Amino acid sequence: MSEPTEAGRKFLDEVNEFCGYKARWLVKYDEPTDPRYGWVPWERPTDKYIEYGVINLDKPPGPTSHEVVAWIKRMFGLKRAGHGGTLEPARP
Amino acid sequence: MLPVALARMTRVVGSVIHSSKEYVCVMQLHAPVDEDRLRSVIEEFVGEIYQKPPVRSSVKRALRTKRINRIELLEYTGKYALLHVDCEAGTYMRKLCWDIGLVLGVGAHMRELRRTRTGPFHEDKNLVRMQDVAFALIRLRDEGKDDLLRRTVLPGEFSVCHIPKVVLRDSAVESVVHGAVLNMPGIAMVQDTVKKGETVAMLTLKGELVGLGVAEASAEEMLEVSKGPAVRPKRIIMEPGLYPRMWKKKSSESPGRSGQTS
Repeated sequence: MSEPTEAGRKFLDEVNEFCGYKARWLVKYDEPTDPRYGWVPWERPTDKYIEYGVINLDKPPGPTSHEVVAWIKRMFGLKRAGHGGTLEPARP
Repeated sequence: MLPVALARMTRVVGSVIHSSKEYVCVMQLHAPVDEDRLRSVIEEFVGEIYQKPPVRSSVKRALRTKRINRIELLEYTGKYALLHVDCEAGTYMRKLCWDIGLVLGVGAHMRELRRTRTGPFHEDKNLVRMQDVAFALIRLRDEGKDDLLRRTVLPGEFSVCHIPKVVLRDSAVESVVHGAVLNMPGIAMVQDTVKKGETVAMLTLKGELVGLGVAEASAEEMLEVSKGPAVRPKRIIMEPGLYPRMWKKKSSESPGRSGQTS
């Protein structure tokens, strides 16, 4: 296996372990990934790392979730950010 | 705790908030009840329950069903009950406390609430404070070092931890990024939890999130079948141009036609 292929498999395992997700991988094509394209997420350059990032934020109790997201957006100078908090789901 | 998705990852938070949540809350009883009785009434609220959203809520106040997976009584003083609740997103804890009080016949209301899990995000894992974010950005701007930032921000891929996954071969990535259906030959690996008609996360062999889609086949079919559609994309996260275009360009007289998968 080439380096990013091995690192990619390790990263996918980390993603599953993050919330204790249990599943078995069924392999269809055991082939390597070309190091010229994309990045293993931990190795993204700084700007891309932010663009594809999430923050598990310990929200301070005073401000609303929307206010906190607006601050984060401004601190990073981003156009878009969103939270997975108190927003009520629109039922499908 | 509040998971905040940055820039491109904003589009996945919907699938995170649609999943289950955990809370710890303090319920105040308006008169003491026997602990065994409290335990048995709490048990009645586990499973499928009817709930009408409270007066001050952000949704239409219509009776609806919500699933409560677990309620644990952590502490009970006769006046206050400390509860740990695992439930479907959109379940109101304030209302749950109120309804438990009604069934007990003494009345109750919620005194305090803390969310301990939203989808795959737990409060005891990688939790950062506003000041950690501020320090990380100051270090990046003033010293050009991103070490703190990389510990503060997580790759957004972690937010699809709880969703069944399909891994694409390099050759299939770019066409899916352009919105094409993922066909059977484009699959490298699939988790055995993938079910036909349900949401799946599509990732590259390096672990990058390409997007979310709906499975058109079961995990076993994806492994065995050699042609036909496998995943219909719903939300694309990855930007175009990272992986090579593998589909054939139409001749120069009809430019701009694309979208064929391998």
